[in-house]
Amino acid sequence: MRGILSAGGYVPYRRLDRSSVRDLFGVGGGRGTRSVSGYDEDTTTMGVEAARLAIRSGSGCTPWDSLWFATSQPPYLDKTNAATIHAALGLSTCVAAFDFGGATRSGIGALKAALQSSGTIAVVSADRRDGLPTSADEVEGGDGAAGIVVGSADDSTMLIAAYLGGSSATDEFVDRWRAPGDRRSRVWEERFGETRYLSLGGDVWQRGLDEVGLAPEQVDQVLVTGMHARAVRGLTKEIGATSDGSVRLLSEQVGQTGTAHPSLVLTAVLEEEAAGQAAGELSPGRVLALIHLSDGADVLFFRTTDKLADWSPARTIRDQVVTGANLDYGTFLSWREQVHVEPPRRPEPQRVSSSAAWRNQEWKFGFVGSRDRISSAIHLPPARISMEGGAVDDMDPAPMADCSGSIVTFTVDHMSYSPSPPIVFAVVDFDGGGRFPLELTDLDAGTMAIGDRVEMTFRRLSSADGIHNYFWKAAPVRVVTEVQP
Amino acid sequence: MASRGIRDRVAIVGMSCTTFGERWDVGFDDLLVEATLDCLAAAHTNMNHVDAFWLGTAQSAMSGIALARPLQLHGKPVTRVENYCATGSEALRAAAYAVASGAYDVAMAIGAEKVKDGGYQGLNATLPPGDGTARTLTAAAMFSMAAPAYAAKYGVDKDVMRDVLASIAQKNHFNGARNPRAQFRKEISKEVIIGSPRIAGDLGVFDCAGVADGAAAAIVVRAEDAPSYTDKPLYIKALSLVAGSGSGLIDPNYDYTHFPECEAAARDAYRQSGITDPRSQLALAEVHDCFTPTELILMEDLGFAERGTAWSEVLKGTFSLNGDLPVNTDGGLKSFGHPVGASGLRMLFETWMQLRNEAPPDRQVPIDRGLALTHNLGGYPGEMLSFVSVIGTELG
Repeated sequence: MRGILSAGGYVPYRRLDRSSVRDLFGVGGGRGTRSVSGYDEDTTTMGVEAARLAIRSGSGCTPWDSLWFATSQPPYLDKTNAATIHAALGLSTCVAAFDFGGATRSGIGALKAALQSSGTIAVVSADRRDGLPTSADEVEGGDGAAGIVVGSADDSTMLIAAYLGGSSATDEFVDRWRAPGDRRSRVWEERFGETRYLSLGGDVWQRGLDEVGLAPEQVDQVLVTGMHARAVRGLTKEIGATSDGSVRLLSEQVGQTGTAHPSLVLTAVLEEEAAGQAAGELSPGRVLALIHLSDGADVLFFRTTDKLADWSPARTIRDQVVTGANLDYGTFLSWREQVHVEPPRRPEPQRVSSSAAWRNQEWKFGFVGSRDRISSAIHLPPARISMEGGAVDDMDPAPMADCSGSIVTFTVDHMSYSPSPPIVFAVVDFDGGGRFPLELTDLDAGTMAIGDRVEMTFRRLSSADGIHNYFWKAAPVRVVTEVQP
Repeated sequence: MASRGIRDRVAIVGMSCTTFGERWDVGFDDLLVEATLDCLAAAHTNMNHVDAFWLGTAQSAMSGIALARPLQLHGKPVTRVENYCATGSEALRAAAYAVASGAYDVAMAIGAEKVKDGGYQGLNATLPPGDGTARTLTAAAMFSMAAPAYAAKYGVDKDVMRDVLASIAQKNHFNGARNPRAQFRKEISKEVIIGSPRIAGDLGVFDCAGVADGAAAAIVVRAEDAPSYTDKPLYIKALSLVAGSGSGLIDPNYDYTHFPECEAAARDAYRQSGITDPRSQLALAEVHDCFTPTELILMEDLGFAERGTAWSEVLKGTFSLNGDLPVNTDGGLKSFGHPVGASGLRMLFETWMQLRNEAPPDRQVPIDRGLALTHNLGGYPGEMLSFVSVIGTELG
């Protein structure tokens, strides 16, 4: 039996208040917020974060046979972006890494292919949705990523959700399109697409039910996603799908995350189901249907298992949504390169050496240092000769990416080059040993203090000559404070 | 194994220093020619008489040819050296050791930097190709982390700390205003210093050294040959260099309130020169005040003040022109400016002026003690190298 072993969703820290668009332009905008990836994030880094959460949440969901990465906004073409994620996760070289690129449908496509395949496959999908200022895409789009680990089990005891089956439909029509290199999508008159999607959605829904042998009333929750908001609303209403809970939360506060959205919605709903089971409010065996409308339609059916109650998400999507912080519209426009602000008058970074990065990939991508076997001193980056005692070549790898730490001292650098100055920089002491000076991210300069807790996050420091410089930064640990009614 | 030093074996018999500043009208070669000719004149000698040359420049040129070409040296050994911001001192070490070894009779050390052709403010090093994980912080940011750490460790109130750092900048600007070669020749009030725009952490523009073009040079000979060049030679009592291992950056025990490399270099230099109480034995000290907190901490690392007391000594004026131990009498990096390759030799040049009683009268300090110290560092807290020299007017 195929199904889901674990899942993780990643929602970046920043939010754009949709009304801020109207405040500036007098038109556009809307209610609620959208998620905004940091200036140092791209679909690859968000994919890494989602995959890390999936691994942390699901004990026993590794090792993987393959890592598949789907996005409509790949940081590289020709070069495999999944290879970067592979390196950041420290996967074995014998794990295959493939990109599914281009169309937003590639996210659900990769998920379906994995469910119909064999072996353990991590399906990571990420997107970064752009639109011109005042457009609907600008405010209704969102940034985010999801990682779903798909695998097989002789019985359903290993799976948190078993895959029951599904169906697909494909239709050639131009509803939403984007030429390579364009920063925005274009859309056809929306009534045409709505007509097509309602027909295609209804068709796969019916065929899907037949395929899995279920009646509509046997499906406990139907989730409809897609790039065409009006068609999604129409189909939701037509087949009695859910439009509240996580679906509504994501729509109101995160936005439509394109390629990642079906997996993100599915992950959020699995998290709800897990919490419901743990609280004794929901029982295992509930059927979920995920429908995605994009150049056709797909439906996937899942049945939750009793393993779901034991599955403990490392950080739920809901927690990430509520701990976000506002980003002003001016900064948003500059991060999205819709406006160009004065850069710092410092030389731009040089391009990364490919061979040096390859040689040091465990350090650069995996944040793995070394630990002296005698003194236990942790060396970041790894060293051959120990700083304590001078032992030679007597060290073990010291993976630090999942270590939290505390700020020892910090500074704000107004002069160094950064795509979004100033640079906030801190000396971090890791729990369990080790110190490293790190750039901080996802915070406002002036809000940190000595002793603050931080954790590691995979980021893009800069790009030069088309080569992206990925490395790790530290971000404040966000704690959800329960609001008592 | 020992750091024996070359006490009293080598004498400085001629020195020069160009004006430092935004010298848009001169290039690197011009700076080298100017400093060399002035230095040769000061030693009453000529180019052919110099047996070997060491050129210190951090990022303006590569190889000894950068000096041999503008000076049109023929058949001479010429070497370029680099050791971060202690590059000028490194040229002096090489020249002095070459003479002390007996390999040459006369050697010249010259340090120069042309930094103002880059088009950017501050110093901008070009790094070798790498994996992209190296820090890209400014030196200001790295040193800015020392001030709050020091204040916290010794319980210095934030406003008092601000006053202490401003006092250091004010003193160095006061001294620099009396130095016709300095980049900034203006006294600056503490209010202006404190109110200046922030560069990094709590450090404002006036907490940072000026970045300047400039060059300085020295001619060294065997001590016994010195009287044939000048009646007021200076003798090298100690030369010490310590390069840190960089482990301070990753060592959880390092607290950013002291610079171990500087402490170690000072210990070595005092041992070589027989100094036991620098505060009372030195007539003056030129130290690497790249940022105001650096000078504060150096007062303790170099043994001029007990740990945790330098801040109050600064407020008492201990290191002012008329204080117990005048520090940076020429204005320091702060107001003299910092042409990286030249600064170490510029510091030495001030001891040359002061110990020979040739400094401008309004900043000449008493020289009865007969000894001066230069301290030149490169790098940052946690990843630093440090040079210390002791120079004296008398043998023995």
